[in-house]
Amino acid sequence: MKTIKTSIGRRSFIKRSTLAGGGIMLSFNWLTSCDMSPKQVKALPKEWFKINGFLKIGENGLVTIMSPNPEIGQNVKTSMPMIVAEELDVDWNDVIVEQAPLNTSLFKRQLAGGSQSIRQGWNSLRMAGATARNMLAQAAAQTWGVEVNEIITQKGYLIHEASGNKTGFGSMASLAAEMEIPEEVPLKDLADFKIIGTSRKNVDGTKIVTGKPLYGLDYSAENMLIAMLVHPPAFGMQLKSVDASKAASMPGVKKIFPIKTHLEDYSLGALDNDAFNEVAVIVGDSTWEVMKAKEVLKTEWELAPAKKEELSFFGRTVTVETPAGLESSKDHRQVFDKMSKKKGNVVRKDGDPEKMFKKAAKIIERTYTCPFLAHNTMEPMNFFADVTSERANLVGPIQTPEIMEESISKRLGMDKEKIDIQMTRMGGGFGRRLYGHFMTEAAVISKEMGQPVKLIYSREDDMTQGTYRPAYHALYRAAFDENNKLIAFHVRAGGIPESPLVANRFPAGAVDHYLAEEWSEKSNITVGAFRAPRSNFIAGAEQAFLDEVAETMGKDPIDFRLELLRKAEKNPVGENNDYEASRYAGVLELVKEKSNWTDSDQNVHRGTAAYFCHNSYVANVLDLEVKNGNPIVKKVYCAIDCGIVVNPDAATNLAEGGVVDGIGHAMYSAMTFKDGVPEQNNFDTYRLIRHGEAPKEIEVHFLDNQIDPTGLGEPPFPPIMGAMANALYKATGVRHYNQPFITDKPLAG
Amino acid sequence: MAQFQLNVNGKTHELNVDPTTPILWILRDHLNLVGTKYGCGIAQCGACTVHLNGIAVRSCQLPISSVGSNKLTTIEGLSENGEHPVQKAWLEHDVPQCGYCQSGQIMSASALLEANANPTEEEIEAAMHGNICRCGTYTRIKAAIKTASNS
Repeated sequence: MKTIKTSIGRRSFIKRSTLAGGGIMLSFNWLTSCDMSPKQVKALPKEWFKINGFLKIGENGLVTIMSPNPEIGQNVKTSMPMIVAEELDVDWNDVIVEQAPLNTSLFKRQLAGGSQSIRQGWNSLRMAGATARNMLAQAAAQTWGVEVNEIITQKGYLIHEASGNKTGFGSMASLAAEMEIPEEVPLKDLADFKIIGTSRKNVDGTKIVTGKPLYGLDYSAENMLIAMLVHPPAFGMQLKSVDASKAASMPGVKKIFPIKTHLEDYSLGALDNDAFNEVAVIVGDSTWEVMKAKEVLKTEWELAPAKKEELSFFGRTVTVETPAGLESSKDHRQVFDKMSKKKGNVVRKDGDPEKMFKKAAKIIERTYTCPFLAHNTMEPMNFFADVTSERANLVGPIQTPEIMEESISKRLGMDKEKIDIQMTRMGGGFGRRLYGHFMTEAAVISKEMGQPVKLIYSREDDMTQGTYRPAYHALYRAAFDENNKLIAFHVRAGGIPESPLVANRFPAGAVDHYLAEEWSEKSNITVGAFRAPRSNFIAGAEQAFLDEVAETMGKDPIDFRLELLRKAEKNPVGENNDYEASRYAGVLELVKEKSNWTDSDQNVHRGTAAYFCHNSYVANVLDLEVKNGNPIVKKVYCAIDCGIVVNPDAATNLAEGGVVDGIGHAMYSAMTFKDGVPEQNNFDTYRLIRHGEAPKEIEVHFLDNQIDPTGLGEPPFPPIMGAMANALYKATGVRHYNQPFITDKPLAG
Repeated sequence: MAQFQLNVNGKTHELNVDPTTPILWILRDHLNLVGTKYGCGIAQCGACTVHLNGIAVRSCQLPISSVGSNKLTTIEGLSENGEHPVQKAWLEHDVPQCGYCQSGQIMSASALLEANANPTEEEIEAAMHGNICRCGTYTRIKAAIKTASNS
């Protein structure tokens, strides 16, 4: 048993919250105002006792656990409270989960991003449960006149075996709330876990399948108006003028005006990324009326000048230069050609790769590309704001409420204490909702109107606004000696406007002579983090190239990777290799075993890939068939090492989604541009993977270990793109280098 | 503006609205039935799927003036408390991730099973082709439809 020092916000431990009218507390908040299921209604307590910031216990033993982090579909609203419940030792059936609002004094890192919620929340969540359990035991010890360490807990009960005393948590909750918060508390042994490691259903499942209001777009308040905006039609353009004469007379329209999201003297924050600072706004009574007015609104646009801005990036000041001009995808292809022929910035070098390439008996060189991608969350960007001179109340889908609170405070000139932010369940994030300019826009519009407003982006507004996954290029070279042995490895990767390279990742550390260079080229098309940033391209490129290297050497692609990893484990090259070779090899060995790799059906075309990013390891085997020129993914095997798995079925679901998402984007999706104008603006022109194109079967296996959990939102996404490319080659004899593969070359077979 | 009587989930509503207003926005803005989702506005994503006399239709492309006395069913009216076999199967398979598209998926799936109680794999794929799930829960959706078809 290990002990942990308690450090969770003591000052905010309000001891008790007695509520007028009994158990009404759950309905003060819109986010929980939907009908409780009958089982829960029957069990609602008369009084809640707040034990700490994470949880409160009713006199009848019902426990409410706050889920601190935003929910974007990664299922933290279920898995984070599971960790609290485990250490509290309560029956999961007696738990209600509530989404916590932004509260920086109670919670650390209320953010959804980087697959970090579980990894970084692990200790504080366990501590919250263990602290409360300890306080309940103290209360029981005092009541029964026994030693606290003689009390055990079991499924919501406090038990003192020697005296025969036993009572539920509810009866001790009132007294427990008065107890001293212990200096340190013991945590459970992993072997004693009863909730962690067992599959628990999504706590919002019933609300989702019955259509209850959950999402930002579903939010409403009294006197609320609807706002939509019109942004420039092309990157490199800006608003010149708005002629509201016709649109203003349309039914239901209240007001039409331009807004600036940020004022000239504002120093941009890291997540204030916004291609179009000035937009035209239409505010009206209902969505359809505003949409109709939007169709007839006349706006004039002009070319935007180049600009240079200071961006405060988590403590660093970064200068961001935005060029002028109207860019087209064909220009971007020329950038790829030009930049990939020049030397880049060397970010890693081992040995003497130049010399080895000179003396090589054979060299293979391949280039890989991918286009810009829009996040396309199914719920378009939106936010509710009610701003008065006294307060600002904001409700909606945001991955970064704490960081955006800062931006809104500055834009409104209002203290952060006067700003309330509540997070709704999000209809997808994938990184898009890290950048909350739409929150700031909603706040500015509400302030102008003096009324509550819900800002809604149409799908077209959303898809053509920017914040895209960058367009990337990678050139790989491998050198072999006369015995076909790999003697040097070279990657030169870059992107518009940033490089996808991660210098110290595999196969760095496994090849004696290694060179990694990167480049980037500025653009006025804005980009942002997209599920597994950088890895979402470089993993697939690297893993497709390694497949060709293995083929050149006449080696099995899994065995070849394992050979490299064994070298990196036993005799690593360089010191800064940011992966654990043994865990990397572990997922490859597991997928090899589970897919029956060495004894597979000759009629199935198989591709493999493995990758490490965001602290977790994933390996895939993908089985493909080509039918009438269409690729049919028969089955995907996925092996994952993310340490302890909190909620196995939900983790499996997330991994399945990553696999489908990866195949989908590699095969079908692209954002392209002509003279600054996005050529796709809705799902008729932007292709996303659909039912019939998804794998027929996905089998997910987790490494069984006792390592503290790491994240799962991102890691299953990148490697499958490489596995898909490698399987396509097996099936068709043609290598696919340029995403989306569907347009790269016609499929044969 | 024009007067309409609209039958939604067995109830008749009196509305005075622009005749071109799509049922999607009638449901969401006027009747406070927000389970039907906005995703694309051009009948390409299926998030707004409802039943018109039991047939799955995209409510974003269905103006109120075209509905007349036909019966609309939304996710809120599919069952009293989520006990429709498709909803139950969705919970059994714990299908949703973000969940935003799922009411549309459920409405398409329930209309499919109403017309064809035992669809083949290909029939499921064809009927569900118009419903995008950005989180990629397609394999679970298919499994849930098979479970519901057996129940």
